[in-house]
Amino acid sequence: MGSSRGRSLVLFTLSTLLLVSIAGGFQSDELLQDDEEFGLEGGRPAADPALSTPTRPPIRRRPDPDLLSGSPDSKSVQFSLEHQFGGSGFFPAGTFTARLKSWSHGGQTLTKLRFSRNALTEEEKGAFERLLKEDGYYTIRVPSNVLTAPGRDFVVSSVRARCIPRESLDEHFIIHTDGVNIVAVNYGSAGACQYPRMLKYPAKWSFTSFTVLKNSEQAPRTPTFAEELLAGEDGLGEGVKPPEKSFWAKYWMYLIPLVFIVLNAMTQAMNMPEEQTAGQSTQAQRAPSTTVRRR
Amino acid sequence: MGSSHLRPRTAMAIRARLGFVILLSLFFSATLSTALYEDQVGLADWHHKYIGKVKHAVFHTQKTGRKRVVVSTEENVVASLDLRTGFIFWRNVLGKNDHIDQVDIALGKYVVTLSSGGSILRAWNLPDGQMIWESTLPVSTLSKSSLYVLANMNVGKDNLILVFGGSSIHALSSMDGQIVWRKELSIDSLEIQQIFQPHDSDIINAVGFVGSSEFVVYQISYRTGEVMQQSKASFESGFCGEASLVFDNLVVALDASKSSLVSISFKNEVINFHQINLSDLVPDFSGKVTLLPLKFNGMLAIEIASSILLLRVKGANELEFVEKISHPFAFSDALPLSKEQQAFAILQHDESKIHFKVKSDNDLRNEILKETIQMDSQRGNIEKVFINNYIRTDRTHGFRFLVVMEDHSLLLIQQGEIVWSREDGLASIVDSTTSELPVEKEGVSVAEVEHNLFEWLKGHLLKLKGTLMLASPDEVAAIQAIRLKSSEKNKMTRDHNGFRKLIIVLTRAGKVLALHTGDGRVVWSVLLPALRRSETCGNPFALRVYQWQVPHHHAMHENPSVLVVGRCGHGFDAPGIFSIVDSYTGKVQNSLILEHSVSHIMPLPLTDSTEQRLHLIIDAKLQAHLYPKNSDSLKHFFNEMPNIYWYSVEVEKNKIKGYSLESKAELDTAEEYVFQAKELWSIIFPSESEKIAVTATRKMNEIVHTQAKVVADQDVMYKYVSKNILFVATVAPKAAGEIGSATPEEALLYAYLIDTVSGRILHRVCHQGAQGPVHAVVSENWVVYHYFNLRAHRYEMSVIEIYDQSRADNKDVWKLVLGKHNLTAPVSLYSRPDVMVKSQSYFFTHSVKSMAVTATAKGITSKQLLIGTIGDQVLALDKRFLDPRRSVNPTQSEKEEGIIPLTDSLPIVPQSYITHSLQVEGLRSMVTIPAKLESTTLVFSYGVDLFFTRIAPSRTYDSLTEDFSYALLLITIVVLVAAIFVTWALSEKKELKEKWR
Repeated sequence: MGSSRGRSLVLFTLSTLLLVSIAGGFQSDELLQDDEEFGLEGGRPAADPALSTPTRPPIRRRPDPDLLSGSPDSKSVQFSLEHQFGGSGFFPAGTFTARLKSWSHGGQTLTKLRFSRNALTEEEKGAFERLLKEDGYYTIRVPSNVLTAPGRDFVVSSVRARCIPRESLDEHFIIHTDGVNIVAVNYGSAGACQYPRMLKYPAKWSFTSFTVLKNSEQAPRTPTFAEELLAGEDGLGEGVKPPEKSFWAKYWMYLIPLVFIVLNAMTQAMNMPEEQTAGQSTQAQRAPSTTVRRR
Repeated sequence: MGSSHLRPRTAMAIRARLGFVILLSLFFSATLSTALYEDQVGLADWHHKYIGKVKHAVFHTQKTGRKRVVVSTEENVVASLDLRTGFIFWRNVLGKNDHIDQVDIALGKYVVTLSSGGSILRAWNLPDGQMIWESTLPVSTLSKSSLYVLANMNVGKDNLILVFGGSSIHALSSMDGQIVWRKELSIDSLEIQQIFQPHDSDIINAVGFVGSSEFVVYQISYRTGEVMQQSKASFESGFCGEASLVFDNLVVALDASKSSLVSISFKNEVINFHQINLSDLVPDFSGKVTLLPLKFNGMLAIEIASSILLLRVKGANELEFVEKISHPFAFSDALPLSKEQQAFAILQHDESKIHFKVKSDNDLRNEILKETIQMDSQRGNIEKVFINNYIRTDRTHGFRFLVVMEDHSLLLIQQGEIVWSREDGLASIVDSTTSELPVEKEGVSVAEVEHNLFEWLKGHLLKLKGTLMLASPDEVAAIQAIRLKSSEKNKMTRDHNGFRKLIIVLTRAGKVLALHTGDGRVVWSVLLPALRRSETCGNPFALRVYQWQVPHHHAMHENPSVLVVGRCGHGFDAPGIFSIVDSYTGKVQNSLILEHSVSHIMPLPLTDSTEQRLHLIIDAKLQAHLYPKNSDSLKHFFNEMPNIYWYSVEVEKNKIKGYSLESKAELDTAEEYVFQAKELWSIIFPSESEKIAVTATRKMNEIVHTQAKVVADQDVMYKYVSKNILFVATVAPKAAGEIGSATPEEALLYAYLIDTVSGRILHRVCHQGAQGPVHAVVSENWVVYHYFNLRAHRYEMSVIEIYDQSRADNKDVWKLVLGKHNLTAPVSLYSRPDVMVKSQSYFFTHSVKSMAVTATAKGITSKQLLIGTIGDQVLALDKRFLDPRRSVNPTQSEKEEGIIPLTDSLPIVPQSYITHSLQVEGLRSMVTIPAKLESTTLVFSYGVDLFFTRIAPSRTYDSLTEDFSYALLLITIVVLVAAIFVTWALSEKKELKEKWR
């Protein structure tokens, strides 16, 4: 019951979101996906763009009611993204905003990551074009700790600039966090990057960003063997039967020789009449000779 | 007519049936158990025992019977060697950090060792090496660990063993190791220098320094440890701490400036200092003096300006010059010949000759013994000498010398001859690589055909008897001897199966040795001149060995060569050493000291036109240097330059960084072969919660045969096969110590899979309550790691398999047939990876010293994990046991696939120890080398010992076993042919009869 209610809630939010976006009003850049849902075993790491809503800069940030009201156990943090075109230094490129949730057991986690990209200046556009021409690296960095003051370490990530342009400049961030620390940021194109990389300019010189926040997952642990055994015994009665095999899968080893035999018989049957006629004539010719030998 | 046709057909049927029987027998012989039979030990494997570089030696030759020498080594081995042959009677390998400080013999039957900075004293039974007692001493770590064992030689008394260091003296009973008394001389900063016992007295004298200027003499009761008398005096110019006991009442010390000697005489609480003027002895003396340890009554050895002076002390104020010795040299300790007389030996190197001189204190000007021997130049200089005497047939004194050479080898020299030698440098292998043997050249060594047919048949008959279990014990022994004698495996040429190779090892002493895989003998050895101590390079040490040139095009005419990389000194910015050695002859082809440092060496998968492998050496300043330096290699390198990436793991900073090369155009360095690194990515582990414990990568030369894995229900999963996967395990800093130092709540272990080109974290998983030590091995698309689970109080092994989802839709057969798939499209690591990860954890009983994985030529054979256990054995564990898809009740189709039902711990089958009953003492590493035969892997494991074997993880499916009876096959064929003829003749006869009817 509860699950169905939850599902309907999600449906509702999705549909309202859809309506809103169709209406062309404010496009929420909020990540619907909670970070906990990522990276489950076997789960795809937020591959679909539908999950991580694209952000189209420039966006004027509005005061977020959620952030303003700010429950006591969570607060908003900001950290900047800086980029580099080839050899020159790092320049600010955008801002990440996230909520820092404090847990009762003392840990802190980042959730609800949003990102706003600064528009490319003409100068930066030129630099990017140059990078595209020489197949250089576009490098970004974010601070390794979202709380501590400047002077901190940065985690760096790079991609060949030619991987990014598609319709617009499509980029994809995966930020691996551990509490307030950012262990790594994985930066790259939103989809595949062809090799060999062709020189291609984007139609629109603006970034379309997808962001994903990832925490480490717990290692799956098989329950202890005793529990497993008990569970196994319970389930033994019903016993998941292996799916019934098809007739062909079961008896192919008998069928193939059978087919061969049939084929063989058929060809023989077809040859028989011919041989009969041919054989008769030869026998007729041979007959005297045998009689001669018999003598 | 019909019947005549039938005859040959029945014959055919008989033949077919017999053929089937043969096939069946073949099948059975091929599917014998993977474990060895007792008589197969030593056929494909060899085990060599070593002890390491000898630090101390004590001879035990007084009694009749076995003459032996007890040694302790730098590999923490205490061993008893046969003095006649050099074989090991027994040996005990102590723990990794349990360094032996001193060894001695007590009561004539116990070997006493002091280890762990003077805190552990153990007694071993002299005949068999059993431990008799062990006693732990409370030693304050503040004092400098200048510790000695003084075994009291007075047999009649209750023998005590004295251990002293810092300001405390312990006396232990040599019978049971009980502490009899303990004296803490309550003076701060006291350093006891020497303890000695004047003849036939109950008093022990202890002399030492307090601070830098005070000299102290204690007289301590032997029985109770009471201080009977104490005297001290201070010397205004101070001491530097070095001192040498010359007489029972005279010590010679160096003053604080290390430029002059001070003689200290003490008698009845009176201490006198005398400054000795060295300029009388050495006219043009200047600079610093070093006091050399020479435990010889009335003698002193000092080093001034790289020459050594032997001085005789005549009185407190008088020195007499005896002899001048030049480098390289070695002294032995004093050896008492009789009550009054003692002797010592001086060894001097002169090019390839060594001069031995033995002097006694009766006549220092002349020698008792003078010998010269020729020494192999590949052993380097003498490092240490131990001397022992014996009574010759003519009742004079004879001497034998136990010599430790620069390459850590140990020799016994007697009567001017090398009696035996041990290549003990092999106990400290740093790195290894392999080289193929030369191709068999026609006409040069035509394989000797079996001497004659009769012998050959006889051998096979014996084997046949053996297989049919008809052989008598004598015959079994004969079969064994034939097997072991077969020289096939020891030939110096390449074989068809690729079992014969050269293992080229680099030892810590800077020696390169080539071992034959057949029996482990040393084919050649070379002490690299570049890795020897010299003026330009004071403290060289060996790093790695790589294959430098492997000629394929001119395999008949050119020899392969290996590259040895070393470093001058232990700092990361120390200049590198580069040496190229011929793999067949051991000739040094090229040797140079680099201008830059060596922090990372990358063999590139590129060769120049002479088939020299390109190597990129990254220095401490993050500059990449390309070798070999020629224009051709540069050309090849430029083609691949945009695709060269590397990473560095900075353990102290908790960082991993990825780099590529800056394109040359922007660089203005004049050096043509130097490239600038460009940082591409970085991963920073938060230092408060994570600490890098281990990193592991795939082997560069590993070959993956199938990229896809067919799972149950005819489904296909594509392996994520990337050479650039890096596995990193981090542990919580609190739990980085010993097991038990952290609670399960504090302990965390993170496992990462990182793509080293783009720096992407492909997978990240956290194990709660787990801690190190972590060991990991990466192969194909999986990683297996071993750690301790604090919650379960057990060791655990986890497996992570990683699959590529982006190719998952290439399942349709028609797509594959029509070529509408993307399997051959180049894959860029800059694409967003779409991976799926499967993992599972299992308990494992053993703690692990090292892990490796088997490697085969084509990667078809299934894999086995090789686990170096704590008992110094190597266990082979099928990878199938570490399959994350194991479940409690596998379905029918999964069972058919070979999935083992889930168990919570991994089985340890005693038969799967590839070292069978042997132990590879001090096991450090295991190396797997693919043979040419796909089913077989060569395994070389080394520590203090060496062990080599070949294993077939899926059994030898592609060849007949060694004991396959060719005679049986031959006989069967002969019988068959005979049967055909007989039946043919019979059928002819019958046909004729038919016709005559």
